[in-house]
Amino acid sequence: MQTNFTAAQLADPQVAESEKILRRCVHCGFCTATCPTYVTLGNELDSPRGRIYLIKDMLENGRPADEQVVTHIDRCLSCLACVTTCPSGVDYMHLVDHARIHIEKTYRRPLADRLIRGLLAKTLPYPGRMRAALTLARFGRPLSPFLKRIQALRPLAAMLDLAPSSPARSSMAGLGIPQASGERRGRVAILSGCAQPVLDPGINDAALRLLARFGVEVVTPEGEVCCGAIVHHMGKEDQALDFARRNVDVWIRELETGGLDAIIITASGCGTTIKDYGHMLRLDPAYRDKAAKVSSLAKDITEYLAGLDLPRLDAKGVTVAYHSACSMQHGQKIVAAPKNLLKTAGFTVRDPAEGHLCCGSAGTYNILQPEISGQLKARKVKNIEATKADVIATGNIGCMTQIATGTAMPILHTVELLDWAYGGPRPQKYKQKAAS
Amino acid sequence: MSEAIQFLPPRDSVMSRRAAIVTDLAELLPPECLVHEARELVPFETDAFVSYRRLPLAVALPKTTAQVAAVLKYCHRYGVPVVPRGAGTSLSGGAIPQEDAVVLCLSKMARILELDYANRTATVQAGVTNLSISEAVGTDGFFYAPDPSSQLACTIGGNIGMNSGGAHCLKYGVTTNNLLGVKMVLVDGAVIELGGKHLDASGYDLLGLICGSEGQLGIVTEATVRLIAKPEGARPVLFGFEASEAAGACVADIIASGIIPVAIEFMDKPAIEICEAFAHAGYPLDVAALLIVEVEGSEAEMDAMLQSIVEIARRHQVKTVRECQSATEAALIWKGRKSAFGATGRIADYICMDGTVPLSKLSYVLNKTAEIVESFGLRVANVFHAGDGNMHPLILFNANDPADAAKAEAAGNEILKLCVDAGGCLTGEHGVGIEKRDLMRHQYSEVDLHQQMAVRAAFDEGWIMNPSKVFPLDGRA
Ligand code: SF4
Ligand code: SF4
Repeated sequence: MQTNFTAAQLADPQVAESEKILRRCVHCGFCTATCPTYVTLGNELDSPRGRIYLIKDMLENGRPADEQVVTHIDRCLSCLACVTTCPSGVDYMHLVDHARIHIEKTYRRPLADRLIRGLLAKTLPYPGRMRAALTLARFGRPLSPFLKRIQALRPLAAMLDLAPSSPARSSMAGLGIPQASGERRGRVAILSGCAQPVLDPGINDAALRLLARFGVEVVTPEGEVCCGAIVHHMGKEDQALDFARRNVDVWIRELETGGLDAIIITASGCGTTIKDYGHMLRLDPAYRDKAAKVSSLAKDITEYLAGLDLPRLDAKGVTVAYHSACSMQHGQKIVAAPKNLLKTAGFTVRDPAEGHLCCGSAGTYNILQPEISGQLKARKVKNIEATKADVIATGNIGCMTQIATGTAMPILHTVELLDWAYGGPRPQKYKQKAAS
Repeated sequence: MSEAIQFLPPRDSVMSRRAAIVTDLAELLPPECLVHEARELVPFETDAFVSYRRLPLAVALPKTTAQVAAVLKYCHRYGVPVVPRGAGTSLSGGAIPQEDAVVLCLSKMARILELDYANRTATVQAGVTNLSISEAVGTDGFFYAPDPSSQLACTIGGNIGMNSGGAHCLKYGVTTNNLLGVKMVLVDGAVIELGGKHLDASGYDLLGLICGSEGQLGIVTEATVRLIAKPEGARPVLFGFEASEAAGACVADIIASGIIPVAIEFMDKPAIEICEAFAHAGYPLDVAALLIVEVEGSEAEMDAMLQSIVEIARRHQVKTVRECQSATEAALIWKGRKSAFGATGRIADYICMDGTVPLSKLSYVLNKTAEIVESFGLRVANVFHAGDGNMHPLILFNANDPADAAKAEAAGNEILKLCVDAGGCLTGEHGVGIEKRDLMRHQYSEVDLHQQMAVRAAFDEGWIMNPSKVFPLDGRA
């Protein structure tokens, strides 16, 4: 559609990029239909097309962000269903990234909102702090009903409700990385992650065992930090780019010293961000190329496993409802690989209805937008439970935490089921739920 | 874009009372159902005919028929124009507001109310999307037949307003042939029901009048539509030709031979390339024109019909014939076709025409269209419902260049006149809206137009319902 920017405005490379994105949108409205917030709220302003228009109006007029724009952009899950749907190839992801940075720079949020966002940005990306926060949350949980009564404090209540009730421990703590066995098939780095090892260390344990079993050497280079997704989605650009640069340094060093075939990621939310490093750092000449290299090496664990041609196993009699995380299906366009791996490993796979809709987890969304998140969770759980499967599989820790608070069905990472099928231990969570 | 198409000037009586009107509406609607902040009105200023834009006075997002009635009653009393809106996917500007109008958007009324398989009907709220009806009844073996390309997003209310068609209408008819009843709110707020679960009603066929009335006779809030049992099987087949004329002539021959496939869709080379880039459906890229012909029924029925069609196609030097091998492939073929307009955004801005011509004139009109567009120095992509002669030339232009935009509009007008002169009409399924309003005199005499306006006035004497649309602004009685 038509845009109205002055040459001076277009001199800013970010504005220039957004202008190109806006020009692509033909305002057809297809994207509204698959947007979780539009489907829930029924208001153009909470649809992709509406947000695109709000952002266009704000940027064209060179205006600081205001309460209305912020309300509707904040409600966006960044699920990217709109990107999958858009026939015209509108790059909504980078447009909304720009809008969030603009909001962070030009808008002063109300005090409670600022404090909560600050708290999240200072805790979640750091495993040590996260662990301490979870312990606190366990003690604080009884406060949740009181916090819920005050609108501004609802995010705090949501945070307390999401914290798991018992601390998670790695079954391999202190044992180190298992050695690759048999014929050597590759050398990869694995992202340790920040929130995931605290919430569910079993996921990477399973990935390490599985990769070792199929002859892949895995390294965890020293110095790696949070991928930056959490702060990136809050528009805290400097912090996000700082994380990105540090990771780029770590992986490029490993690549140059030991060689790397891939950087394996077991949380698709992180994967989407790392695959975008090349774009995030495109304006930094010192990092541009290195970041692009890292992005090209980044692979979701299922994407990498799909290239290993794992052997076909007999049917197991276990039915799996596969929940495709938004960051997996929309962010990284990985649709068939996880399901094919599960089928090859002998599981029966079912697709829940409305699979394109977000579960409402979306990074910190379930904390910052508890009402919409809750509605999406209920809808997702209803669709998943309707499959009558034995277990839910997914590839993102955020979805696992979110969905687990809404159903009694066991929920596992795809790689945990694969590890079990290929000779690993039966996953703890499945054992517990199956016994109860 | 150029401002060739005018809107009615805002009514002073409304503009001077803006604040009071918003305050009054706030009494009638819950807070989340009213949009009035200047910033938030902007995304409602246009629909998929994005060249034209007008900021509305306010947007009402009612959740119930009672709320729709309350808003209409109020607007009627104070002479405030009302512009109905569903999903805002109109290609003719049917949902574009004006400065003194309240937009009545039914997007919050999106529930399926009843599925009645015994009577083969579905009753839905007007804001339900077209596709979600078929999705809701698909596993039980039914579907809702009219399938506009925007069916993923467009609403039943909007379909009724425009009497929408779609690829499969060749066999199953357009919206009016599949609509059994509506609940609607008249301009004064009265709620009436027309039709029901049966095919005909006693008295005048008011339902037929409502269907295609572009939101000028009232606002439909609920609809009862016909469900159709899914065929045993369905198979799209791709026919590639070396020339558009050959493909056009082939379509005319298929229909003339008495065969009615479910759908015959046409794409020229630019359209094939655009759709392939989005859908990766495997359309042949080495042909000048492509027909997607869908047949359905039992295997034997499909084979028999296909055989006759292939024979006809051979007479027109068909270059490739490809039968689709799987359900996934069929889905991709249709996904590509149905995304054609949006996917065109990958290469340029566009306006989409909707003229319909007799099949015998298809090749002639295609050639002429190319000439017209070329004479303006622009490009065109053709993708349309060939079986019923409903053409959709997409005129490509650069929206950031006002001269280019003016040329596109002028070319469009010439093409539509060409369709009328060839014995066809201005609109097959997108409605008149504002886009084709000023061409209505090319199609109708003054007497015709006045008769239509008299019917309109019987429903809405004060011309508050979607007033800038359908009828030329001058000469309104
Ligand atoms: S689907 Fe794409 S082109 Fe259409 S309105 Fe949405 S973003 Fe714009
Ligand atoms: S990213 Fe998701 S929530 Fe945000 S606009 Fe797109 S579809 Fe809607």
